[in-house]
Amino acid sequence: MFDFALQSAWLIPLLPAIAFAVIGLGTRQNKQLSAKIAIAAISVSFVLAWSVLGAVLTNNITVEAPFIAKTVWTTIGKIELAMGMLIDPLTVVMLTVVTTVALLVEIYSLGYMAHDPGMGRFYAYVSLFVASMLGLVLAISFFQMYVFWELVGLCSYLLIGFYYYKVSAREAAKKAFITTRIGDFGLLLGIIMLQIYVGTTDFAELQLQLPHYIDVSGTGMLTLIAFLLFIGPIGKSGQFPLHVWLPNAMEGPTPVSALIHAATMVVAGVYLIARAFFLFNQIPIVLEFIAWLGAFTAIFAASIAITQRPMKRILAYSTISQLGYMMMALGVGSVTASMFHLMTHAFFKALLFLGAGAVIEAMHEEADIFKMGGLKERMPVTCKAMTVGVLAIAGIPPLAGFFSKDEILAAALEHNFFLFLIGSITAFMTSFYMARLLFVAFYGELKDDCPAEETNDFMRYPLVILAGLSVVSGIWGHFFGFGEWVRFGAPVHEGINFFVAFSSVVLAAAAIWLAYAIYVEKRWSAHGLAARWGIFYNLSYNKYYVDEFYVIVRYYGCFVVARILYWIDLNIIDGAINMLAKLTGAVGGTLNRAHCGSVQAYVICFYGGAILVMGYALIYAYKVLSMAGGAF
Amino acid sequence: MVNYLAVTTEVLLTAVLLSVIVYDIVVKDKRYRKMLPALAGVGISLSAIVTIGVFNDAGTQSFPGSLFVLDNFAVYFKNLFCFAVTLTLCFSSDYIMEQTSHPGEFIGLCVSALLGMCIMASANDFITAFIGLELMTVSFYVLAALAKDKGRAGEASVKYLLVGAASTAIMLYGISLVYGAGGSMIFSEMKNNVHLFYGVGVAGVSMVIIGFFFKLSVVPFHMWAPDVYQGAPLPVTCLLAMGSKAAAIAMFMRVLYTAFPILANYWLPMLAFFSAVCMVAGNIMALRQTDVKRMLAYSSIAQAGYMMAGIVAADAAGMKAVMFYIQLYMIANIGAFAVLAAVEPKWGGTTHAHIAGLAQSAPLLAAVMTVSLLSMAGIPPTAGFAGKIYLFSAVVDKGYLWLAFVGFVMSMISVYYYLMVTKAMYRDLTDFEAETAAQPLEYSPVVKLVALCALVGTILLGVWPEPIAQLAGRAASAFMM
Repeated sequence: MFDFALQSAWLIPLLPAIAFAVIGLGTRQNKQLSAKIAIAAISVSFVLAWSVLGAVLTNNITVEAPFIAKTVWTTIGKIELAMGMLIDPLTVVMLTVVTTVALLVEIYSLGYMAHDPGMGRFYAYVSLFVASMLGLVLAISFFQMYVFWELVGLCSYLLIGFYYYKVSAREAAKKAFITTRIGDFGLLLGIIMLQIYVGTTDFAELQLQLPHYIDVSGTGMLTLIAFLLFIGPIGKSGQFPLHVWLPNAMEGPTPVSALIHAATMVVAGVYLIARAFFLFNQIPIVLEFIAWLGAFTAIFAASIAITQRPMKRILAYSTISQLGYMMMALGVGSVTASMFHLMTHAFFKALLFLGAGAVIEAMHEEADIFKMGGLKERMPVTCKAMTVGVLAIAGIPPLAGFFSKDEILAAALEHNFFLFLIGSITAFMTSFYMARLLFVAFYGELKDDCPAEETNDFMRYPLVILAGLSVVSGIWGHFFGFGEWVRFGAPVHEGINFFVAFSSVVLAAAAIWLAYAIYVEKRWSAHGLAARWGIFYNLSYNKYYVDEFYVIVRYYGCFVVARILYWIDLNIIDGAINMLAKLTGAVGGTLNRAHCGSVQAYVICFYGGAILVMGYALIYAYKVLSMAGGAF
Repeated sequence: MVNYLAVTTEVLLTAVLLSVIVYDIVVKDKRYRKMLPALAGVGISLSAIVTIGVFNDAGTQSFPGSLFVLDNFAVYFKNLFCFAVTLTLCFSSDYIMEQTSHPGEFIGLCVSALLGMCIMASANDFITAFIGLELMTVSFYVLAALAKDKGRAGEASVKYLLVGAASTAIMLYGISLVYGAGGSMIFSEMKNNVHLFYGVGVAGVSMVIIGFFFKLSVVPFHMWAPDVYQGAPLPVTCLLAMGSKAAAIAMFMRVLYTAFPILANYWLPMLAFFSAVCMVAGNIMALRQTDVKRMLAYSSIAQAGYMMAGIVAADAAGMKAVMFYIQLYMIANIGAFAVLAAVEPKWGGTTHAHIAGLAQSAPLLAAVMTVSLLSMAGIPPTAGFAGKIYLFSAVVDKGYLWLAFVGFVMSMISVYYYLMVTKAMYRDLTDFEAETAAQPLEYSPVVKLVALCALVGTILLGVWPEPIAQLAGRAASAFMM
């Protein structure tokens, strides 16, 4: 079974792709059937993915000795483009996380999307997304990864704009697509330059050839390439300054936010760097940049999340902040910590989003947490699950977030004390705003006209399962040697760093207490605090005006230039093209008139051509004759 | 000892041909007569399967005095021909039975044309090649006349015959001159014969090439093509556009590369020139066409130009590109003509006005037509895109950058008239038109099957061209290292 799964791992992305085709072309109109097809496909992929995990464990496949299968897709000139699959522990972590979360989200959607007329379309898009994401995970080369990288971007666009009749959804979809495109373009340039300078984009080959290349050519060009490659993850994984699309992406259905914009697609950038870490590792300056940018993004987004009111937006900024954490971990050289946090974060953030979806649906699309309150009584299961999620992200032991965050902070401390400090402050803020969300929405007094009811079974059980995973995945990873298994170079894990663990737990507990004091006991008035720290409050509440800044840049940078170019296009280029087109058409008309239908004319034309050819023959024969000096 | 194995395909096809004729004479029952196209198709497919089975990469088999050879190149083309004729018979079986004047003879002549094509792919001397060529061409003269609409079909047939006779005369004269200069009829024996440099030799080579230009409807030897394509019965047009062209290309390549390589610096510039002329004139003349059949005639002139560009890149990569391109062009052609064969008898024509509303009354057919035409235009992810990449990269590698450039520009222009067909099928209808387009168009499941095959094949070859390209590469290596 395990070997079969390993050999046919290509089925894992293929099955959802088939589901997409079947639903898209056939059963779109039939909601229940579409959902069943999609869930059946992802279930089989899920089983296969976990079997691949078994195969990797039993067949002794490590990061040094991955399992690679590939086939030549096409050859263009000298460049051979191959498609295939690269399976090592890194891949398997992603495979299992993606299929697990996707399966739970698709089951959850059975309840969440039940009353949506576009449910068939929803399952088609989600299946396509899952297929693309799994293809990305299995990629053997930057080239293959880029193909699927673009595909997940497309799916993200389609799903953010799922409620296309809403203006805000359309705008958000466009914003997401264009912003990530900026990053994708950098990535594409990087890949093309890699192909030109190193001669391959295949991960395994790159790993072999890179030391040789550095010996010969130095790291100058490689530094540029690494920076360009990193621009892709900046866009896709919502790093500053291209993070602006992610909060708006919450316009999509909530299961989509959980699957794509929290658990899987947004971590593609982290995965890309982890996958190509052998490349980034050669260039310390890029790693340093990644670490600081990640740290900045983490604290920046966390400081915004503190003042936001819509539940999903808080979670979105929290996601950006946590992605910054993962980037920081990569930057300080710990692939293990980064991937570990990626895994635990996928579970508890998906849990939080799905919980938020349940709450928002129960509140009839009311997302502002200050219009909720006391939901504990109406939605006990959801409340318990959300509590687990909040404690997990806050890093309270023994939940998942504690272990993974501890590893990141320990790695940061080893590298640079200031990074550790930023990480710790971020952890404090994270605990605070998550506790704020929980206390405001679920505790306190029940509002009179609150319509909330406990959710249905389809939505409840995935929450419970994810809550379970949020509890155990950290312990499991910590005690079963995640660090021995997913790593770069020698394993560096040396157990819990008690200074780090102690400080982070104290900070988290303090933050939760503070939130409790402000929002439940009302020892201090939140409004009073906001008024006293007005400047900071406004900066944070308005997201540091980054969006406004982009609007100005877009207006003066793009629109003005665009107007000028538009004028040139309209009056000069179009004019020339239209004239050319008219000319071509006229020539076509004239030539057609030669076809008068008279066979005599045809034969004359034929012999005319023949005379032309024979004339050429005569000239050639004459040339040959004169060259041979009349010898012929 | 005579190696009869080399003529297996031809023997089998002759048997199919005789069976078709006998069946046509003996069976009078209408119900059984209807099965004739299917039976012929099965017979042809069986011959193709045997050919693959026996000669899969078996090296070179040759017949007495190397008049006739069977190498990977020939096998590749024979399979293509069989495949094309079988599918054409399939999608047009109803058409043949209802719209042609003598269905039995019609099918028999199709098989004999196929036999001619197969001989052309294998011929290794001028006499054999000429026999194959004429077997095919004469069959087509008759086939073009076998429509119920006697007027137009007859006109088409006579025009084809008259211009064809002129071309045959020139070609035969050319062959005799080449024989006079080189002293041999066998291609491989002429390979390094310096006597071809004599004026007589150059003249003979030119005349032989003119003969091929006629078959490929190269401008200005193309004048017959639009009229014949438009007037002939639909399956005949389909076979003329791809089968006849592919056979001529196959024989052309063998003659140029094995018989006249010594004169390469004579015919390469000429071919490059005519290839460019073809691409430009074919595409520009197609721009204004409103009849899809006639448009496809002009477009086939342009397609011949693309393929000739591949021949100009006279190396293994170029040959591989040409052979791959022929394959995808055949598939696209079958798709387009299958749709027309379903539409023409019901709606009485193939102009843009006739196919208006096809998207509503037969969405599958409209989709197949669109994809097939996009493949001809070379839009990704259809096969045409991959084919043009192979073609033009081979051409650029050989230093003919300008030729590739002409190809690019003309491909862009061609998108216009291909998409005009799509526009005609998908545009909003006036109320009057909407009434006729409201009923779904009825067509047989066979047409549906063939159309689907063409659709899937076009997309598959575009998304994953490597296996077929490798097959073509292996076939190309038969006489090109």
